[in-house]
Amino acid sequence: MSRGISLYLHVHQPYRVKPYSVFDIGEQHEYFDLRDDSKLNNEKIFHKVADKSYRPMTAMLQKLLDTHPDFHFSLSITGDFIDQAEQFAPDVLDSFKKLVASGRVEIVAETFYHSMAFFYSLTEFEAQVEMHRKKIHDVFGVTPTAFRNTELAYNDELAKWADAAGYKTVLAEGWDSVLEWRSPNHVYRPVGTENIRLLLKNYHLSDDIAFRFSNQAWNEWPLTSGKYVDWINTSLGDAPLMNLFMDFETFGEHQWADTGIFTFFEQFVGEWLQQDGAKFYTVTDAAQSAEPAGELSMPTTVTWADSERDLSAWFGNSMQNEAAKHLYAMEEDIVRSGDEKLISDWRNLQSSDHLYYMATKWLTDGDVHAYFSPYDSPYDAFLYYMNAIRDVRWRIMKLHHLGHDYESAVADGQKVHEE
Amino acid sequence: MNILMLGWELPPYNSGGLGVACYHMSKALAQQGATIDFVLPYTAQHPGVDFMTVHNATGLRPEDRVHMGSYDSKYMESLETLDGVDVEDAGDLTTMRAVQKHYTKFVEGLAPQIQPDVIHAHDWLTMEAGVRAKELTGAPLVVHVHATEFDRSGEQYGNPVVHEIEQEALQMADRIIAVSNITKNIIVERYGIPADMVEVVHNAIDIDSFKGYEYDQRDYRYLEDLKHEGYTVVATLTRFTVQKGLTHFMRAAARACEKYDRLVFLFAGDGEQRDELIAQAADLGIADKVYFTGFVRGKQWRDVYSVADVFVMSSVSEPFGLTALEAAHHGCALLISKQSGVGEVLKSILRFDFWDTERLANQLVGIALSPALESSLKDGVKEEYAHLSWRDVATKCIDLYGRVKSGVFA
Repeated sequence: MSRGISLYLHVHQPYRVKPYSVFDIGEQHEYFDLRDDSKLNNEKIFHKVADKSYRPMTAMLQKLLDTHPDFHFSLSITGDFIDQAEQFAPDVLDSFKKLVASGRVEIVAETFYHSMAFFYSLTEFEAQVEMHRKKIHDVFGVTPTAFRNTELAYNDELAKWADAAGYKTVLAEGWDSVLEWRSPNHVYRPVGTENIRLLLKNYHLSDDIAFRFSNQAWNEWPLTSGKYVDWINTSLGDAPLMNLFMDFETFGEHQWADTGIFTFFEQFVGEWLQQDGAKFYTVTDAAQSAEPAGELSMPTTVTWADSERDLSAWFGNSMQNEAAKHLYAMEEDIVRSGDEKLISDWRNLQSSDHLYYMATKWLTDGDVHAYFSPYDSPYDAFLYYMNAIRDVRWRIMKLHHLGHDYESAVADGQKVHEE
Repeated sequence: MNILMLGWELPPYNSGGLGVACYHMSKALAQQGATIDFVLPYTAQHPGVDFMTVHNATGLRPEDRVHMGSYDSKYMESLETLDGVDVEDAGDLTTMRAVQKHYTKFVEGLAPQIQPDVIHAHDWLTMEAGVRAKELTGAPLVVHVHATEFDRSGEQYGNPVVHEIEQEALQMADRIIAVSNITKNIIVERYGIPADMVEVVHNAIDIDSFKGYEYDQRDYRYLEDLKHEGYTVVATLTRFTVQKGLTHFMRAAARACEKYDRLVFLFAGDGEQRDELIAQAADLGIADKVYFTGFVRGKQWRDVYSVADVFVMSSVSEPFGLTALEAAHHGCALLISKQSGVGEVLKSILRFDFWDTERLANQLVGIALSPALESSLKDGVKEEYAHLSWRDVATKCIDLYGRVKSGVFA
């Protein structure tokens, strides 16, 4: 019986908000253009991650495609990433294009801006998915058939939406409390859908690479490719599918080259394929490789982040909820303004990363947040972000000649429109 | 464990955080079974101090000690003027140096009688006595640094005589306790002490001492009225000295008012910079927004924390900063300079460099504009400060005494 791995790597860089001060509001409208030596200089970070991860990992993947005709994998690439790659490092984008041109690399659909719009505005969400579809087609010449929402934030409603939108496959976290006795190593059918199929991340084996690989305190350290192949075989048993989902930046950025991550990965792909009937799939092929083992329902949203696997990393405290409320309260006035720069600034402020930096879940996940945050504290992240939101509001007022009633109404999170 | 504890003040006769820290630390040590002989430079009754033996080195009354507090190092005369002068001839105890000489002489007499297991000296005024007690008894000397002369003098150099006293005692100490990493770095970098000689033991807060207090909104009624009109009350409570960075804070206050009108500032305390600060507020055009209380203690002191929404610690160099924990206990959001040690033990705070008035102004306006930010800071810090207990401080000290006594570091 054949069994396969669907490897899916997520590629993203946000536009981080600079220390935009209350004194900048109404004075200058650039939120993402820091050019100093700090961790908020987007261009500098992009170059750093390109050197550590994007360039060596795309080269490695290209080599694996060239060496193994049966190697397949999938990528999700955000619009934020593509924009920055075009701006800062076009060679990186060319490397990704070459991978996709092999015909063995699938690109997964998502929102252009890595946003949580699905939970605030379906109109805005659909607009961003459409923008992403168009961008992917323009850059890579392909049209995605699988969908993933930002941070794998998934529930039954999302599956129904993706089904209606014509996607064949949708991705989610294989979280124990939802699966109960079931295994993530099967294909499922989301409840209430017609055609779409659901793939679930095997988080144990995904996180062995993504989070534990370099941890010398881990009793399985060092992880070898042979041991890892054994684990996958054991986990699969008679099941058909191993879904390894993780950040692309795992390779070289989260796990540095000197941990041996690249060598490990190269050996692992070769050793896996040496086995009889062992394959690599793209996510859409993976979903068609076996019949659904059953129907699955996730009424409550599940994500791939933190020990809670819920939305609390983005909407877990009052600052995050305030920020999101004020952001989306401006939607209709922004969109109808027709001001491209204003719309794009507003959409860049929708990246879920901004909310993530405001998380205050210190006790259990604090370290992870601190690692991924370029700000001194979540409170600083909130301060700068809110100042940018206020400036966006100021720009709307100027454009639409609105007065202070508008400001105070929007400040209360109401949607207000000029007649 | 017999401890000879050398201090300069205890509540209620304290001029700042040093006396408070000595009191709670001694009490927690006594509760863990230590016997403590505590030496003070003056004579007074200290209600509630029944857990240790207090010795009075002079007959001075607390109120006679004008310019003789532990923070008054600039009034310290040169060492030479009294060196070689017999203590009996040192005059009428009207100078700090004379009191210090008496204090040392007293300890020289007391130490051999007690034969302590360890000598624990707090800050520069008691350091000479600590060194002498070590020489006379052979007991190990622990020097506890709550502040150095570099901290007390703000952005200036400070009194060279005091630097010399500190330098000598730090070199003679068997072990040094610093109240923060900031202070440890100063001891290592500016006094040239090896880093492995210095251990950091952060201060704590005694929540029990705040029991029985109820805020009645009466002391600062005008500010309460302004709060009802939507004003945000920003307070600081401190000595008005260069160490505290208050002129920077005042400039940030003025800058914040340019962007947001409904802010009021409560400057509670007193000190040599008071007139300068009053004039500065006027020069900056925010005199109507800045309230000076003068020196406060008791209920008026606690009510400062209670009326405040935001507490600012703008110190140029603050070894710890106990008032920040007190403010947290009373429900304030905290803005703490990066040069303040208390920031090392709190996460739910906003920080700024003491000189960065733009950043502080931005933080002030940001809080005033956002109830979510204000409540997140308040709620977050309430979770954190309560974990800092004097019992843990005492446990760390006893562990250190044990190691220093057995000569592990020798």
